[in-house]
Amino acid sequence: MKKLKYILYTFAFLLLTVSVYAQQQRFPKPEFDSGYTQPSTITPEPRALQLEYFDVLILAIFLAVASYLIIKKRSRRGILWLSVLALLYFGFYRNGCICSIGAIQNVTLSFFDATYAVSITALLFFVLPLIVTLFYGRTFCAGVCPLGAIQDLVIIKPLSLPKWLNKTLGLIPYVYLSLAVLFAATGTDFIICRYDPFIGIFRMDAKALMIILGVAMLLMGMFIGRPYCRFLCPYGVLLSWMSRFSKRHLTITPSECIQCKLCSKSCPFDAIDYPTNEKEVVKSGLGPKRFITYALIIPLWIAAGVFVGVKSHTFLSKANPDVYLAELLISQPEVKNDPDNIDVQTFLASGKSMETLVEEAEVIQDKFYTGSMIAGGFLGLVIGMTLLNTVVFRKRQDYEPHKGNCYSCGRCMDYCPVEK
Amino acid sequence: MHRTTREPLRDMEKNNKSKNRREFLQSGVRLSLALALGGVSGLSLSKAIKDDYVWQIDPFACTQCGRCATECVLNPSAVKCVHAYDLCGYCDLCGGYLKPDSNARTTAAENQLCPTAAIERKFIEEPYFEYHINEDLCIGCAKCVKGCTSFGNGSLHLQIIHDICLNCNECSIARMCPSDAIKRVKASEAYNIKGDWTKPTI
Ligand code: SF4
Ligand code: SF4
Ligand code: SF4
Ligand code: SF4
Ligand code: SF4
Repeated sequence: MKKLKYILYTFAFLLLTVSVYAQQQRFPKPEFDSGYTQPSTITPEPRALQLEYFDVLILAIFLAVASYLIIKKRSRRGILWLSVLALLYFGFYRNGCICSIGAIQNVTLSFFDATYAVSITALLFFVLPLIVTLFYGRTFCAGVCPLGAIQDLVIIKPLSLPKWLNKTLGLIPYVYLSLAVLFAATGTDFIICRYDPFIGIFRMDAKALMIILGVAMLLMGMFIGRPYCRFLCPYGVLLSWMSRFSKRHLTITPSECIQCKLCSKSCPFDAIDYPTNEKEVVKSGLGPKRFITYALIIPLWIAAGVFVGVKSHTFLSKANPDVYLAELLISQPEVKNDPDNIDVQTFLASGKSMETLVEEAEVIQDKFYTGSMIAGGFLGLVIGMTLLNTVVFRKRQDYEPHKGNCYSCGRCMDYCPVEK
Repeated sequence: MHRTTREPLRDMEKNNKSKNRREFLQSGVRLSLALALGGVSGLSLSKAIKDDYVWQIDPFACTQCGRCATECVLNPSAVKCVHAYDLCGYCDLCGGYLKPDSNARTTAAENQLCPTAAIERKFIEEPYFEYHINEDLCIGCAKCVKGCTSFGNGSLHLQIIHDICLNCNECSIARMCPSDAIKRVKASEAYNIKGDWTKPTI
């Protein structure tokens, strides 16, 4: 009986599919006698391309003005107003998208996905701030980035964090950057965009979790200056590389430092390096011996990183929907009977075979294998170099901004009593 | 300059030397960074396109799972039902308008498939009706699309409406779509309206 029913069903199904294919329209469009005019389907145009180019123009102008205000004009007030404008335009008006930070992923994807080509606007958003930073330091962070601006404006009473904590937390952006590149390269996800903490605030609409994250970040930012910039922002990693070797950079004093120490507590981000005290350095026993040891263990760090990367690649690859689905179907075949699991049901209905799915998943997993290995090695190198840096002794006579970490916000300039 | 006068000449010379060395090194690294940057942008520029991308649904791939209503970063979703009138049969018994088990062909709310009553039914002439989607009410739940595709001509289908969509860098529905139906398309061809647009045959 059951079998008969089954056969009947199959037959009916076949008939239906055949009829669909035989004639596209089951019910032909009628001929109207009453002079009916058919409305047209609405297709409102997306934002005009010219406007996207206008965004790039605004970006370029803002970068130029920010650099001028910091390097030439030395005006904290100017940069403050510029950052407010940037927050209004790129943040609240453009809803925080597209931004330079997220553009990392577009550039990455264009390298790894043959079918994707980055749009010129996204590429310019990625590359312009880096170029400017190579010349004038992180003026982008000071007056153009809306994420930086919103955090900068909420600073009330910044606490100074111990150096080791700053350094350790400062490694997180490297991890974030590696993961973002890995996920973008494997076509898995754009995590920078998905976990942008402030986008919910810019749009005034988001899933509750993202709003909570954004508000928490801002509350924290009242006491810890720019927490996202310092301990998360993946673009900040690239900017800080550029800034370290920038041709020119903000200086605290317009001419000579008179060692008055007035600026020493002015930086909310612990980005001012104090003059070095040679006696102390000698006493603490930092020296060539340590330097050599730390330099020699860098390969060990890299090896450890590669090892961890390889070990975690299966775990990381589960973020990919295809891999996740394949693993789910293999480990728990009973989900096939769960009518509420949309992904599984859609897969079953699609007629794709299990082998194809597994094959595709394996290709992605292979990419994750290579990617995690490289990312792990890179992170090992970063840790090794950071440690090495702690024992490198650089002679400094004056109070100077740390070129990599300084956001060129200009606060310290206001504290310096020296006139031009 | 006043400090240097305090320093012995020898020290000054040493300082200058190390300063020169450091500057040389710095500009070297700066140059390599600039070259790396130029290389990366040059490489991606060789592939870059002038046009922009937007996200759009392939109506032939969509399986009407309903996630379009829930996964968009906007609430209500930027995905709406559109009507390709050319394909519509103007049926009285509309599979997209009426619940399959409805007992009468009336406009009573309990007979309507659409949870927000976004479909407006208008009498044209015996026995034909026009169905029009009120965009402000539609939440993109795909219930009507499913009905129309299974029992009618499939003239109702979902599209991302671009004066609402924020054009996220990565559409958050695309990631969750079980049928991979949401893809980047060129902004100059931003819609895949059934009838005008046919599935590219690959
Ligand atoms: S560190 Fe990142 S988030 Fe902060 S201002 Fe710079 S680019 Fe923006
Ligand atoms: S400009 Fe001065 S206060 Fe601002 S981040 Fe740089 S060192 Fe700190
Ligand atoms: S998520 Fe995909 S399958 Fe589901 S309704 Fe939207 S386009 Fe269709
Ligand atoms: S049933 Fe859903 S998709 Fe169709 S018109 Fe109503 S809200 Fe829109
Ligand atoms: S791009 Fe963003 S706004 Fe547009 S449909 Fe996708 S999630 Fe919604």
